[in-house]
Amino acid sequence: MSGVVLIDAGGANIGSVRYALQRLGVDAQLSGDAATIRRAERVILPGVGAAAPAMERLRALDLVDTIRSLTRPLLGICLGMQLLFEHSDEAGSMATEGAGVACLGLLPGTVTKLPAAAGIRIPHMGWNTLLPRRADALLDGIAAGDHAYFVHSYAAPVTDDCIATCAHGTSFAAVVRRGRIAGAQFHPERSAQVGARILQNFLRMDFE
Amino acid sequence: MLSRRIVPCLDVRDGRVVKGVRFRDHVDMGDIAELAQRYRDEGADELVFYDIAASPEGRSVDRGWVERVARLIDIPFCVAGGIRSVDDARAVLHAGADKVSINTPALQRPALIGELADAFGVQCVVVGIDSQRDADGQWRVRAFTGDPSMTQALQRRTLDWVEEAQALGAGEIVLNCMGADGVRGGYDIEQLRAARAVCRVPLVASGGAGEMTHFRDVFEQADVDAALAASVFHSGSIAIPALKRSLRAAGIEVRA
Repeated sequence: MSGVVLIDAGGANIGSVRYALQRLGVDAQLSGDAATIRRAERVILPGVGAAAPAMERLRALDLVDTIRSLTRPLLGICLGMQLLFEHSDEAGSMATEGAGVACLGLLPGTVTKLPAAAGIRIPHMGWNTLLPRRADALLDGIAAGDHAYFVHSYAAPVTDDCIATCAHGTSFAAVVRRGRIAGAQFHPERSAQVGARILQNFLRMDFE
Repeated sequence: MLSRRIVPCLDVRDGRVVKGVRFRDHVDMGDIAELAQRYRDEGADELVFYDIAASPEGRSVDRGWVERVARLIDIPFCVAGGIRSVDDARAVLHAGADKVSINTPALQRPALIGELADAFGVQCVVVGIDSQRDADGQWRVRAFTGDPSMTQALQRRTLDWVEEAQALGAGEIVLNCMGADGVRGGYDIEQLRAARAVCRVPLVASGGAGEMTHFRDVFEQADVDAALAASVFHSGSIAIPALKRSLRAAGIEVRA
């Protein structure tokens, strides 16, 4: 497929996502330009870091309305998925933790900090199991118990848009889908064959 | 359920994987990309690349091989050695590494931990700790362990440093128990248990793996999140698929 654009909002892991797409034979374009992003057939919003500075970067690039008004399929990865929601409790700097930030609002819900508990370490880091909630083209080839690689401290709630959950102390949204809006909390680019399959599904699936 | 991770550590020099006593008698183990791919195919959950020449030579990690590895493999990897600043870390992360690990530079300037956490998020920031028991029975931190002739014994107690590093923004701690390292007599369960008791972020055991049962012991008895090893994997004395089968048989959650 041609016309895949990775939104370049300054995240550190953008190269990894691009390489993962190259392994699937897709040369994605890296862009922070609104017109380029609007024209893309598929848009991916990667993200590593904290929600507040990430939203700040999107605003600085004047991309917030562009992403909100996209007509083509959009996949948010990790922080990129959290940004799809209305609000995140994650302010960013360790000094201002807890203040929160308004996000893109494409999906209802608030992203909150995963609670630590006995044996439940935060960040949630490592390979954890996916539990699909319903059949969805984005999850083709993915079975209950398949492992994906997670690294995060905040998580999105299990709402109607959640198509697969994961549990770390509490259950949270691992994969979301609402029409052409999709997201993965884990890192498909670092989740071996399971991650490659999700990316491939996103590139190939029919969103009509 | 979250799996326990098996993490091979590869020493890198001039874009090649080497083994041997550090700074002496390096044996070339092969091309970094080939070995990374082999471990990935065998089921390694994560890889650590330690640029053994970067730190003593006072230079940053060569990002060329980091990018080659990032293009090739689809499991996470961490880069250690020669990272002293936010700029150093940015170069490595932009080249495709998922995490950076800092050791001596964090001891020299603990604020570096917080700077990295603010710039990239705590999940990118691993603090490596080299620790040894002193004559008075206390575990204390060592610096400059890459070169035995330069290694310094610090006054800082290991468990205090574990606490401080977390408070500053470490997202993961790798505790290398030097007394056990290279001996293949098993991980230092006592020390790792003590660290676990004060460590709220993921804890990685390092040093001492010799047999498959050592991995089981460290997961069961010290409750670590991951176990790192080098020589047993490089020599082929432990194969990762067989190790994971044995752990699964013991009721320990591992990725298939």
